[in-house]
Amino acid sequence: MPRKAFRILALVLLVVAVGVWLATGANRGWSKTSVPIKKTDEVTGITYDQYEKRFVAGVDFLGAALLGAGVLMAASFLFRKKPIQTSNQ
Amino acid sequence: MKHKLKWLLVLACLNTVALAAPQTFDFKDPKGVNNAVFKLDAPLEAVNGSANGISGTVTFDPADPSATKGKITVASVSLRVGNSMQQTHMHSDKWLDVARYPEITFETKEVKNARTSGDTTTADVAGTFTLKGISKVITTPVKLTYLKDKLGQRVPNMKGDLLVIRTSFNIKRSDFGINPGQFEEKVSDVIELTLSIAGASPR
Repeated sequence: MPRKAFRILALVLLVVAVGVWLATGANRGWSKTSVPIKKTDEVTGITYDQYEKRFVAGVDFLGAALLGAGVLMAASFLFRKKPIQTSNQ
Repeated sequence: MKHKLKWLLVLACLNTVALAAPQTFDFKDPKGVNNAVFKLDAPLEAVNGSANGISGTVTFDPADPSATKGKITVASVSLRVGNSMQQTHMHSDKWLDVARYPEITFETKEVKNARTSGDTTTADVAGTFTLKGISKVITTPVKLTYLKDKLGQRVPNMKGDLLVIRTSFNIKRSDFGINPGQFEEKVSDVIELTLSIAGASPR
């Protein structure tokens, strides 16, 4: 039973991580905790960044999730398969 | 009558002198619009960021832009990037050491090739750029836009002029003692800098 639970957990972790990565914009760079929003001052014409606190998952986030799923998958092999009970009558 | 005319003439002359006099523009911007953008190439994604802790003054004479002089300061601690871990590394003593070197400055020495067209002047400005305690003389192309009587549009109930300065130049981090010869496979030696700032000269 723990063998199956670990594998399901690995799969859930992977699916959730990919989901978060896609939902936050499928960023192929590093993860970000704040995002610059471009604004322009009307009088001077100067363009500037205003930072907004927002999490954007990057490839490091996907990598960490993949590593976590791999560890869970590997851990699942530590549990023995239940032997199939056969009856010879 | 003749006496009055004489006084009017004197006043008119004084006014002309006052208009032609150099003006001092203050670049401290409470709106946080003034900014310096930096970019360093890196394998996965370029390190992009900006700083808005700008201050300093520039003396500018619309009638003689080649006499422009001043000093602009960027607070090192205001440099930020989107990744908080990258920002912590950037501020640390391993990179910029913002606690020990709180300011990045540029002070003009000479203005060459000044050309004015309308309210815009382009020039090559030579000045001393100081980063992490190391000063180097660099020359950069600068665009100055003089916006007469526009201060009131930015700051209500204030009269005065604005001066917008734009410039872009490259520096090498190795020239300023920022991990020279190290981590070049992770982040480039060349830093692209762009400055866009507006200063106010109230009347």
